[in-house]
Amino acid sequence: MSIDNNIYNELNHKFLMSRIFINHFRMSDDLTPNLKPTTQAVLFVLVCVSGIGALIGNAFSSQRLERKAKRTGDYYQQQPEFLKMVAEVDHQFREKWQDRELKPAGSADVLTVMRRASLALHGTIPSLEEIQAFTEPSDYEVADDKVLDRYINYLLRDRRYSDYLSERFARIFVGVDTGPFLIYRRGRFRLWLSDQLMDNQPYDKLVHSLIDSKGVWTSDPEVNFVTATITQGNGGRPDVMKLAGRTSRAFLGMRIDCLQCHDDRLGTISLNPNDPSEGSRQSDFHQFAAFYSQVHTGFYGVEDDPEHYAFKYLGEDEEVIVPPVFPFFNELSESQGTRRGQLADWVTHKDNRAFARTAVNRIWAIVFGRPLVTPVDDIPLAGPFPPGLESLTDEFVSSGFDVKHLFRVIMRLQVFRMSSRADFEVTEAHEAAWAVFPLVRLRPEQVAGALNQTASLKTVNADVSYLVRLQQENEIDDFVKRYGDTGEDEFEDRGGTVTQRLLLMNGNLLQSRIANGNGSNASARIAMITKDDEDAIRSVYLAVLTRPPSQPELFHFLKKFKDYPDNQRSRLVEDLFWTLTNSTEFSWSH
Amino acid sequence: MACRQSTHWNRRTLLRAAGVSWLTSLATDLTKAQQSARDPGKPAKNVIVLWMQGGPSQRDTFDPAVAAGQEYSGGVEAIKTAARGVEIASSLPMVAEQMEDLSVIRSVVSKEGDHARGVYNIKTGFRPDPTLVHPSLGAVVCHQSPSDCDIPRHVSILSTNRPGRGGYLGDAFDAFQVGDPLRPIPDVRSRVNQQRQDNRNNDLFNVVESEFARGRLRGLDESKTLHQLSMRRAMRMMSSEQLKAFSVKDVSSAVLDRYGNHAFGRGCFVATQLVKSGVRCVEVTLGGWDTHVNNTEAQKSRIRILDPAMAAMMADLRADGLLEDTIVIWAGEFGRTPQLNGASGRDHWPHGFSVVLGGGGIRGGKVVGETNPTPDIRAENKAADVVNPVSIADVHATVLKALSIDYSQELETPIGRPMAISKGTPIDQLVGG
Repeated sequence: MSIDNNIYNELNHKFLMSRIFINHFRMSDDLTPNLKPTTQAVLFVLVCVSGIGALIGNAFSSQRLERKAKRTGDYYQQQPEFLKMVAEVDHQFREKWQDRELKPAGSADVLTVMRRASLALHGTIPSLEEIQAFTEPSDYEVADDKVLDRYINYLLRDRRYSDYLSERFARIFVGVDTGPFLIYRRGRFRLWLSDQLMDNQPYDKLVHSLIDSKGVWTSDPEVNFVTATITQGNGGRPDVMKLAGRTSRAFLGMRIDCLQCHDDRLGTISLNPNDPSEGSRQSDFHQFAAFYSQVHTGFYGVEDDPEHYAFKYLGEDEEVIVPPVFPFFNELSESQGTRRGQLADWVTHKDNRAFARTAVNRIWAIVFGRPLVTPVDDIPLAGPFPPGLESLTDEFVSSGFDVKHLFRVIMRLQVFRMSSRADFEVTEAHEAAWAVFPLVRLRPEQVAGALNQTASLKTVNADVSYLVRLQQENEIDDFVKRYGDTGEDEFEDRGGTVTQRLLLMNGNLLQSRIANGNGSNASARIAMITKDDEDAIRSVYLAVLTRPPSQPELFHFLKKFKDYPDNQRSRLVEDLFWTLTNSTEFSWSH
Repeated sequence: MACRQSTHWNRRTLLRAAGVSWLTSLATDLTKAQQSARDPGKPAKNVIVLWMQGGPSQRDTFDPAVAAGQEYSGGVEAIKTAARGVEIASSLPMVAEQMEDLSVIRSVVSKEGDHARGVYNIKTGFRPDPTLVHPSLGAVVCHQSPSDCDIPRHVSILSTNRPGRGGYLGDAFDAFQVGDPLRPIPDVRSRVNQQRQDNRNNDLFNVVESEFARGRLRGLDESKTLHQLSMRRAMRMMSSEQLKAFSVKDVSSAVLDRYGNHAFGRGCFVATQLVKSGVRCVEVTLGGWDTHVNNTEAQKSRIRILDPAMAAMMADLRADGLLEDTIVIWAGEFGRTPQLNGASGRDHWPHGFSVVLGGGGIRGGKVVGETNPTPDIRAENKAADVVNPVSIADVHATVLKALSIDYSQELETPIGRPMAISKGTPIDQLVGG
């Protein structure tokens, strides 16, 4: 097949696409005035040119994406057990709203939910190309929910899913510091984690391999979980306190760090699943920490030896040998083997509810930007638990700790697909009870990822050349650093700083993405290939905010575009890009 | 000299942009801010932190051990200073002349010997706690004594990776970071001309933001997102005359030479300008103190930069009448071992090291506590022979007391946990009755 033939096919296909594209938005937004007859032709030109661009740059990736979109079915979410599960959790939330006499918001439109899903799973917003591919109606009517199921399945199959999520999980498992370089490789750990997530390794197995890891930090990257805590001058031994604290917070959802120094005087930490009033003691922490006492680094990397753990308790005169004892659910301990092996078995035991519950709360938080129980790593062992948490925990365990399955379930829930605004007065109480989708500030990497995507009509994914990605990654690192990394306290609302606003208003990343001097970015291309003002405005809105303009917005900008001579159009497009990327809407999940 | 934002805003921008409606709410902001501006009868108090990143050696600076023999003293000589009876290392001759207004606490004891944890410990007055992030001293000062100016009130110059943070007080109290004053501060210039920028702002505030607010929480911006609010602050900063305080462009080289015309010296000079403009806390960082190898020479290379800068800053603050309102703090994350190691270096030593305080009503010319010139650095309790030990919390309490801030009051963290600003006790010798 000759190149000419290819172009011909591509253009034919694109022509069809452009019509569908327009129809879709006409249907989805009844406020939109009728499109002018020229619009279709203009959009046709837009898509043609981007098609040619695709041919020159990275041949046929657009076509590939469309095929992918068609292939990615929604069968998974059509299974009766799946839908029954979803209905059950939905019901629990509805009961809560009834109890509190709260009216829930209606459904959000497809594009809004696509944006949420992309931010949660890829840390960026959908590309124009993806919007096109997934909102294309078939020969028969496809329900919004099905379109979204397909899109979510597509996101979960894309490598960007594991690349983004591996960083989120790395923060929980090893923190953000670079650590002791000689024996700690954060990058390698993250890569390993990304592979595990892509293969959808069961979560219990993944955590087991962290706690009971052996070997060298370079060839067995999971041991970095241990070596990250090794401090200078400690004879190659990790910081047992740090490991114990991290294990209890990351995997058991318990902040028992305070017990390191003293008994629980405030009665805020209960380790009794049946009696929340029972206080805890300093020894509870140290007996738990004793499970890590035998780990050390030797010639063969991380291994275990028969070392004891001794500690001088507060108010005592002498050190005592501390035996390893589980803080609760002792009946689940059945294994022999090394102390770490026993700990790993106990933590990841399918009946250790604290473990599965913590994972569910964490994944919920990644999806919504806000956990079900706050703080994310402090879930009372004896409850009470909010709606959804226990059912989702059951489901997670019975699915064999299937992380992608859990994402699919949560993203099918009414609360995920509902609007963040309502036609009644929204109050804090609505947000607290998930009766509207919560507004959450985007994380710095999400803002950077979204900015990067807006600049390109095509999807910025693994198909983009390595050099381009490398340059982008460096720019994004700089941006995130200046914007203010959230560190490990991921779900606390950080931000609202002058520096952040200055960076978006005047910073290099945005300027290089929107300035028309740079002919390859979306702003330049939209200005160039749309001859019609309305299309230009619509395209910028879709590229930046993943929605078409509202009627008042469209009228405002149309009038503005008409007031200026034609040779000013590229400037106006650039201005519109600036305005939309500097809006609250762009920097928040909604 | 206080901030006079309203005058130049009225003059420069408000009039020119009259009719642009988003500015009217900005004008309201300014009026409100002015009303809440500080009581003129009460002097403003500021803090300048000279941050010695890496851990300066007390033996090579403010606590020399001349008589202890080479392996302890490192061959460092002492000199007399302007304060009677106070001797410091001879490599600090210019600072020595300022010692009447500076006091050395030689007996600071902490438990943090790791860089990251030590920085946190000294800057916040608390040990790292996995359950919350404490605010740094500068953030507390900004939180407790509001002032109104166009530029951020908490500034960190030449900060490396751990500038002062707002912690549980919120990111709005984070230090605003800038580099060498020779370079313009980043992102404060609009990329387009003013008319075009006004147009962009107008579209944003009047069209796009109102569309987003529809059907959401009442008072969305003030109660939740703070987006437009921080954007207006950013704009106010962009058009402020006070930005000049960050620059040394119009400063004669004669002035800068007194500071030793290098990045840290320029930073110290800018710190005095910023304080004049109403900035509450400025942190200026000088790195390179982590001298595990060849300590004496390596420390000297830092001290040569420190000496003129710190001395000129003290002299200028005094000459401008700012010293009584401004506390100067010299500190790093810990000290260094009192005994040289095998590589003639000194390692981390949190068990008795020096912090210097001065200005702002803190008594100068004093020495608090003392360290053993020849301690056993392998002893179990390494701080056992420190005389009159002072915790870092005590240092914070001392500074806060001098600033008339109720250091023992409890603030509420975002999850409702009450936290005392400082758990220390002020040092009587420096701020007592």
